[in-house]
Amino acid sequence: MDDFFLGYALFIGGLMALSLYRCIYGPTVLDRIVGVNAIGTKTTVLLILIGLLYHRVDMFIDIALAYALLNFLAVLASARYFQKRKGLYYEKPY
Amino acid sequence: MEKDAAQQLKRDLPPQREWKKSGSAYIATFIIMMGVWCVLSGQFDLFHLGLGVLASALVSYYSADLLFDGPMTGKTFRTTFGFLAYVPWLLYQILLSALHVLYLCFHPRMPELIDPQIYRFRTRLKSDLAQVTFANSITLTPGTITIYVNFHRDFNVHAIDPFSGEDLPGEMERRIARAFGEE
Amino acid sequence: MVITLIVVVLLLVGLLFFTGGTVGLLRFPDFYSRLHPAGKLDGIGVLLVILGLSLYQLFPLTVASAVTGLKLMLIVVFVFLASPTATHAITDAGLRAGMEPWKKGDPWR
Repeated sequence: MDDFFLGYALFIGGLMALSLYRCIYGPTVLDRIVGVNAIGTKTTVLLILIGLLYHRVDMFIDIALAYALLNFLAVLASARYFQKRKGLYYEKPY
Repeated sequence: MEKDAAQQLKRDLPPQREWKKSGSAYIATFIIMMGVWCVLSGQFDLFHLGLGVLASALVSYYSADLLFDGPMTGKTFRTTFGFLAYVPWLLYQILLSALHVLYLCFHPRMPELIDPQIYRFRTRLKSDLAQVTFANSITLTPGTITIYVNFHRDFNVHAIDPFSGEDLPGEMERRIARAFGEE
Repeated sequence: MVITLIVVVLLLVGLLFFTGGTVGLLRFPDFYSRLHPAGKLDGIGVLLVILGLSLYQLFPLTVASAVTGLKLMLIVVFVFLASPTATHAITDAGLRAGMEPWKKGDPWR
């Protein structure tokens, strides 16, 4: 079962790397925030999987919960910040 | 001049609600906070439980009016149970539309299938809590996002294709009205 | 043995939803449409995966493992409360910046 969890965690890591494309190549700031949000949700699951691999779930759950909170706050704060500031325009494609 | 603008703003905004704290709201907040403390700490000796009682009492003293706006009555319990009965149906609905959006994501000719549109409608739900539940349920269902609600109860919903947006408000509004006792 | 089978099925279905969310995030035309797969499919994926993981670590059944399962369910509840709020914050920022949603026939963004 540990091998299965390891492969699963690696697959989720690959999905996070794919989402990173959206963070880098925008094209707007909001697209990047959406990408970061998707990565953060997957990180919560990844942390619990790491806890199962190390047989210390009870410790890693607190980290996962804190990470979910932090991800939510980061998305909320950055959305509110860019709503008031510059940066919400279409940049030239690379 | 500025005072006129402020008064104009005050006329346009909905009337402010008076928040009342009551004894039953303190007790209910304390019980909920204590439950969350027990789940999060996971240790049941006297020291940790004592700390929990202290912290929960402090939180419920300062913010009892955040969760309940008034004394607990029979209606509060009916609403709670109605909401709990509504959640499984919502999860089933989320699963169904998630399968539809999943089909859209993997479809090779996806650009021809999607047709994003903004649907506008006025809901008949009265209380704030019911409207918030309705807006969040729409957002939680894949394929539809509530983008704007004003205090005339107008909902603007962004739907990704006609299949997701055509049956709004429909069944969901009826079930929420039943759960919150607004038939 | 049956528990292991259920856990594996739940995890694989959750992985399917995660993959769909990522593919939709990469393929859809503008960020209003990208929010549909990114926010929602990830949410239901988290629900299924955490349900499976809490079922897996529940055995052997002790007080500690039951509390851990409850904590895992607390993460699901929090994600389901927070994800509509985050989605709404992003959409609101886009609307106030004056971005029109993508319509059929518009150029790809």
